[in-house]
Amino acid sequence: MLKFILRRTLASFLMLFILVTATFFVVKLLPGSPFTSEKMQAGSKEILYRYYGLDKPVWQQYFTYLGNLLQGDLGVSYKLRSVSVNSIIASAFPYSLDLGLRALAFALTAGLILGIIAAYRRGKAMDTLTMLLAIIGTSVPSFIIGFFVQYLFAVHLKWFPVAQYESGWHTVLPTFALGLGMLATIAKYTRTSMLEVIQSDFVRTANSKGVSKLAIVTRHQLRNALLPIVTLLGPMVAMVITGTFVVENVFGIPGLGRHYVTSIQNLDYTLVLGLTVFFAAFLVLMNLLVDIVYKLIDPRIKLE
Amino acid sequence: MENATREWTPSPDMFEPVGVMTQEADRISRPSHTYFQDARRRFMENRASVAGLILLILFVLLCVFGPLLVPYSYNTSDLSSANQGFSAQHWFGTDELGRDFWARVWTGGRMSIIIGLLAALMQAVIGILAGSAAGFLGGKVDQFIMRLVEFLMAFPYLVWVTLLMLITGAGFFPMVLALTLTGWLSMARLVRGQILSLKNEDYVIATQSLGADTRRIILKHMIPNTMGVIIINMTFAIPGAIFSEAFLSFIGIGIKSPMTSWGLLVSMGMKQIYTYPFRLLIPCVCISLTMLSLQLIGDGLRDALDPKLRR
Repeated sequence: MLKFILRRTLASFLMLFILVTATFFVVKLLPGSPFTSEKMQAGSKEILYRYYGLDKPVWQQYFTYLGNLLQGDLGVSYKLRSVSVNSIIASAFPYSLDLGLRALAFALTAGLILGIIAAYRRGKAMDTLTMLLAIIGTSVPSFIIGFFVQYLFAVHLKWFPVAQYESGWHTVLPTFALGLGMLATIAKYTRTSMLEVIQSDFVRTANSKGVSKLAIVTRHQLRNALLPIVTLLGPMVAMVITGTFVVENVFGIPGLGRHYVTSIQNLDYTLVLGLTVFFAAFLVLMNLLVDIVYKLIDPRIKLE
Repeated sequence: MENATREWTPSPDMFEPVGVMTQEADRISRPSHTYFQDARRRFMENRASVAGLILLILFVLLCVFGPLLVPYSYNTSDLSSANQGFSAQHWFGTDELGRDFWARVWTGGRMSIIIGLLAALMQAVIGILAGSAAGFLGGKVDQFIMRLVEFLMAFPYLVWVTLLMLITGAGFFPMVLALTLTGWLSMARLVRGQILSLKNEDYVIATQSLGADTRRIILKHMIPNTMGVIIINMTFAIPGAIFSEAFLSFIGIGIKSPMTSWGLLVSMGMKQIYTYPFRLLIPCVCISLTMLSLQLIGDGLRDALDPKLRR
């Protein structure tokens, strides 16, 4: 087990390193300099270049960046010249984390319940309804769901605030918009996996042994059916990250996703690079955790 | 009557030999269906998928002919008739520059659907090439391609697309290129897997031992047996590309004004959600219904082309 964790961790770090390198050079390839759009005095451009270390050759910049990165320093924003990328992440990440966790919790509870009910009521109205919701949830993009609920419940009915992220009341619509897609995926997987378990031999054996209905459902069916759902958590984290790019923009939430989009619009390359690295590190870490947890809870999976 | 039946006694002279016609016994009396005829019948039996197909055809027709129905182009601005509501002259009203919104919506739809189709097609071509190279050649090539796929898949593809779009700049062709370069992964995986499993199928091994050459195996067994998954994957890739277009235009690095697309219309409509909500809702409904219809068609095709997967 320890060997497995060690190897997976090493592989993750290697992956992260390649990504940092690739992203760094991609950003260096970007046309134009970040300061071309601004009018400035003759000498100030040189000062700016020196300030950001852009006067040095690219390979030297790369190693400086790597060195700083190892110390956890992501550099200074090109646009907001006195603000470090670290402080932007520190102020914005709590918003995204809060929204992401809420969406995940909403999607998991509602998705699991709907999936289980749909499997037990296979072919009945509840099943059809869940599958309909699943199709809508997977095919309609999260920002469009965001606009629909924003227009209907905030602008039209005025039940919820339109934007911002201050109280629990503010979080309802963004959570729904971000979570619905995941809910759909979870409900679909749960249903399939429940159906498989319901028809399996060990459930038939338990039934014929006279095990109580409740024990069959909790001990035999749910336990086995929910195992594969754990693997979904990795892709879910990725979905949350890309989801926040748009949902935070729709609802004016000052989180990481919003900063990512504005950094792209402003050609603020250090911020683009820093946020990409942060997202990637977060994602790799989460995938690693999910992998380890999955091996721990499912003894059938062999440790290679 | 009952008595009469009971009294009936069979005797040998009541029977005569029918004769065995060996040729007749082997005759196939019903017309045989090809795989695709069979798949079409299964698809047509699926009501949801047929509804999706009809919906999609409707949207495609509207995109093709919609702009021709009104005497305005997507780009003729007339400031004297800006911000109008629905009327006989302007069916969907006009935008803040007085451009006919009906024309803009369906011209934008052309853009979105063409990007979706083109990107899905190019993704399929690259994915098939990479996947079959990995599956057939194996060894180092396989290792390299699959490691690359694994690496690219580890991160959200929207991050890759955004980075690529930053290099190439906004516009139609850069977007198709970026979507192609980032979207071929699942197709490559699928085709490789399919080829690897077909390689070891008994009937392929049998064909091989009967002396069939590689060309025949590829043409007769590999391609027809992979076609199904390829088509299914492409159907799901189209809405993916339409979504990416909407996302990129939404954050301002996709299609640029005065050209139009559904994503761009959504992004412009967002600023007018209070004043002119229909400018946001119309493109939103268009994107949603198009993606919904493609999803339904994809689900139907999966059930029709790959009955083994059916649940």
